[in-house]
Amino acid sequence: MLNIEKISKNFGGLPALSDVSFSVDRGRLTALIGPNGAGKSTLINCITGVLEPNGGTISFENIDIAGQPTHKISRAGISRTFQNLKIFPRLSVLDNVLTGLTCEGGDSMLMAMMRLPYLRHRERRLKLKAMAALDRFQLTDKATWPAGILAYGDKKRVELARATVGSPQLLLLDEPVAGLNGEETAAVGDQLRQLRSSGHTMLLVEHDMELVMEIADKVVVLDSGRCIAVGTPDEVRANPLVLEAYLGRVEATA
Amino acid sequence: MNHKEKILYFISLHRTGLWVTVLSLGLLLYPLFEQNPYTLGLTNLIAINAIVVLGLNLFIGYAGQISLGHAAFFGLGAYGSAIATVNFAIPSWLAIVLVAAIVALIALGIGIPILRLSGHYLAMATLGMNFVFHTILLQWDEVTGGPSGFAGIPYLSIGSFLFDDEVRLHYLIWSVALLSLLLCLNLVRSGVGRGMAALAGDEVAAAALGVNTRRTKVKVFVLSAVLASIAGSLFAHTYTFISPDSFDIFVATDFVIMVVVGGMGSIWGSLFGAGLISMLPEWMDLFETYKDFVHGAILVLVLMFLPQGLVTGLIDNIKIKLALRRRHHAEH
Repeated sequence: MLNIEKISKNFGGLPALSDVSFSVDRGRLTALIGPNGAGKSTLINCITGVLEPNGGTISFENIDIAGQPTHKISRAGISRTFQNLKIFPRLSVLDNVLTGLTCEGGDSMLMAMMRLPYLRHRERRLKLKAMAALDRFQLTDKATWPAGILAYGDKKRVELARATVGSPQLLLLDEPVAGLNGEETAAVGDQLRQLRSSGHTMLLVEHDMELVMEIADKVVVLDSGRCIAVGTPDEVRANPLVLEAYLGRVEATA
Repeated sequence: MNHKEKILYFISLHRTGLWVTVLSLGLLLYPLFEQNPYTLGLTNLIAINAIVVLGLNLFIGYAGQISLGHAAFFGLGAYGSAIATVNFAIPSWLAIVLVAAIVALIALGIGIPILRLSGHYLAMATLGMNFVFHTILLQWDEVTGGPSGFAGIPYLSIGSFLFDDEVRLHYLIWSVALLSLLLCLNLVRSGVGRGMAALAGDEVAAAALGVNTRRTKVKVFVLSAVLASIAGSLFAHTYTFISPDSFDIFVATDFVIMVVVGGMGSIWGSLFGAGLISMLPEWMDLFETYKDFVHGAILVLVLMFLPQGLVTGLIDNIKIKLALRRRHHAEH
């Protein structure tokens, strides 16, 4: 579904990514791991159009999306969550989730200003869809609350609801359990498993090795901008390169 | 559902429409109770300002941008209508539409390059735009009349019915203001409006949700310029005389102050902000001398203590308090 081929990105001559290639398969949960500075965020930014890669192709459903503007990539069916939460604190929880349906809301400002009947119908349909998403994430009773006052774990769920409400083809999750305690991490883990069993394709960027090894179908390991291993969690765990680059470093600092 | 529940449900469903209806009725009856032309003139001025502020609030409060240059679009509308009707004898209604269309093109031409800027840079660029416009008004006297102004602008009319006294103008200007209000309310309650709110909240997140951020900013900028232009045309036809002072950078900042006082991202607040700031000089005799000082102080105080704006800030605080209390109850 998503094929990343020989992607390179330099920042002022310094390579952040060099010749990274891997693929994300439909219906699977692919995890992207690597120590700090390995290039995970750069890669996510290249996929979502925030950065333009210096070389290589990113094909999504056989269309090259490298260098396309972010909103086009989003409209092509790639949805994401953010490492440090980007919900809209002043909007209600329901409105936050409704922003996830922006692509279906129509584009024309003039039509919106007339509030024609077909738009009112569409609004009603979108609202039902958003309410269903709130229900999936146990947020129904908080629908009218300003999202800013929610507890951290609830905010994460609002973001997940917003990212999934439009049934995206591919879901990018940027460190979804960062900053959560053990209990909350387990809850997010359950939600990710649920999303996968309902057929979502996901690319998960995560530091939490335990979670990754438990739920990923495929693990991609980055180190210093290179892809050093791709495989099942078991294969990756046994890979000496990974042990050296990733786990070895943990031992050295411990 | 019993009767009471049915009524409450109807109200909750059509709340916005009901408020607009109540306001319209109030304004329809207002001249029956208030015949003092001076007071009516003041409410007419509020309506003209409100039209500008509605558009500007979409740009500042919803799209999350800043403009210290909307007096220029207001002035383009006023001088455009004046020149078109007096020098070229174009029928005034047609002139309003033509001028608004030209202003839309100008805003598009200016908006595409300068909306690549943001924050302070955008504020400076729009301020500069207004400054240039004001200088042109002063210097190009053969067309604009220079510092002494432009006189002899005709009243608007339908057939032989002239909009030449305060009561007639009241109905004309408030009809346009209410129509603008309705259109803006519709816009912010739509998917496009949510995209704009997302843009104001976080540009990266908005783009990731599929909002074409650059195009949305330009569109809202053009829309706000068109509203300002229409308000300017009405201004010219109401007073029949205009001068550059009505369109300088202090007027531009006053529009921003009206947005801020009313509340960023609050359509109803725009009416309040336009009303309050337009009325202020009436309440304080000494005020005229210190006008800019007082306006500046209001801006600074509101931004310091209620950065979302006076009305929106207060309402938000109440909403949050209520929601926190509910959360507290839910947890215990």
